[in-house]
Amino acid sequence: MDVFAENILDHFRHPKNKGRLAKATVEHEEANHACGDALTMYLQLENGRILDIKWEGTGCAISQAAISLLSEKLMGMHANTAAQLRKQDILDMLGIPVSTRRMRCALLCLHTLKNALHVAGGEETQSWLSTVEIGEE
Amino acid sequence: MPLDIHAIRAEFPALAKRVNGEPLVYLDNAATTQVPQSVLNAMREFEEGGRANVHRSMHMLAERASVAYEDARRTVQKFLNAAYPHEIIFTKNCTEGVNLVARSLGETMQEGDTVLLSYLEHHSNIVPWLQLKERKGITVEWMEVDGAGHIDLEHYGKLLSEEKVKLVAITGQSNVLGARPPLEAMIRDAHAHGARVLVDGAQLAAHHQIDVRKLDCDFLTFSGHKVYGPTGIGVLYGKREILETMPPFLGGGMMIHEVNEDGFSAGDIPEKFEAGTPPITQAIGMGAAMEWLEQFPWENIEAHEQALLAQALQALTRLDGITIFGPVDPIERSACISFTLEGIHPHDFTETLGKRGICLRAGHHCAQPLHRKLGLTATVRLSLGIYNTREELHVAAWEQAIAALRGL
Repeated sequence: MDVFAENILDHFRHPKNKGRLAKATVEHEEANHACGDALTMYLQLENGRILDIKWEGTGCAISQAAISLLSEKLMGMHANTAAQLRKQDILDMLGIPVSTRRMRCALLCLHTLKNALHVAGGEETQSWLSTVEIGEE
Repeated sequence: MPLDIHAIRAEFPALAKRVNGEPLVYLDNAATTQVPQSVLNAMREFEEGGRANVHRSMHMLAERASVAYEDARRTVQKFLNAAYPHEIIFTKNCTEGVNLVARSLGETMQEGDTVLLSYLEHHSNIVPWLQLKERKGITVEWMEVDGAGHIDLEHYGKLLSEEKVKLVAITGQSNVLGARPPLEAMIRDAHAHGARVLVDGAQLAAHHQIDVRKLDCDFLTFSGHKVYGPTGIGVLYGKREILETMPPFLGGGMMIHEVNEDGFSAGDIPEKFEAGTPPITQAIGMGAAMEWLEQFPWENIEAHEQALLAQALQALTRLDGITIFGPVDPIERSACISFTLEGIHPHDFTETLGKRGICLRAGHHCAQPLHRKLGLTATVRLSLGIYNTREELHVAAWEQAIAALRGL
């Protein structure tokens, strides 16, 4: 049966960079209230770079695979570059069609990342519309 | 004579649809039901025959609209066995019915007054009371329930004796566990302590007969779209003597007696609570849905749905890693089953089955306090309607989905 792409299920079953980060510069939690999925992201920032990233959370295959894939991508990335990531980057990274009703599952990782960076920069957190270009529906 | 399910199915155009080449298996009836042709026809005939606003103009079309709208009210009155047609108020949905009571009756409450809720409630019967708490400083207390969805009646009695309870707001049937609180006894107890009772009938109305006079409830609300009727229409039943003393809800046309520069006087019930042009077509559709449903004896509907429920419970129990929530005995359960599957998120499971035309719901089903109490974030829910069949509950596809998601 065609369920999800094998690499998505692989990341769901064997998530990368899952856990807590003792030396985190910033720790931030966001949730998808529509389904109860929650994600806490730990970032260690140094000289404007993401030196290390870990995350904890529960959720569906899409949300868990998305944060697992994103965490690999973020390792060593400039925070400024990370802040420029957009909805389409996450969809390209996942490489599977994401239906409207699963969009927030796919984008919870980016929403959490953007707001973690805002918190690290001493700024207010933003809505889903601002962070990942989707509404609060 | 048992229900002829195949004849019933043939009346629902949507049930003939196919999804990715597979037959539609619609098991999300607690969210919304499909609509029979007779209901669609009634709404279409009203629109095509020349529609008009109700209770305003004097021409022939207006007369026709007013008669059809009030006929629908009387059909609902009969459906609930209410004493008077003006005890039936048309609303947008069940949620608006609860909000109407919270806004209107709520105006007469003050700090220290208590509204009692159960952990079985849907958010629509929680949030309006929490809003009232914010607005008026009332107290909201929660009756305890156990994992099977039984309300702790001893705790209920204690709350009734110790608190200044003005209103008990309770579901007639849990939208998650399918459990049905003992309404008659609970209403009797509430009245003995001077409290009024609002019943959220959203999940009850399609599955069991509701007799508001036998129940002796003070208010009861439900939605059209969960009883084979259209969306955009609901009903609030209220006892006449209580509705008459309540302040109006929304302000606007139709709800007034007289308006001058400085103020207004409210009209009589039910108009007092139906400001603005009502959903006339939908009310006519709701009346048609009640008539459609009433052609079947309730004991036949109950026997059919109960047999399906027992079959579903038996089949589900065999699934690897399943935990089923709610009453163990199918007799205590009505219309729905919520469960989790070890290692599989409800959204992944329902999306996978959805691609094969099998419609289930996943999530917290707008009952977060209950889910938290059960230690859950999300569950899968299967919910039945009159048109479901034994064949639709074969779980071979479910087993395949589980195996695929677990990577077996």
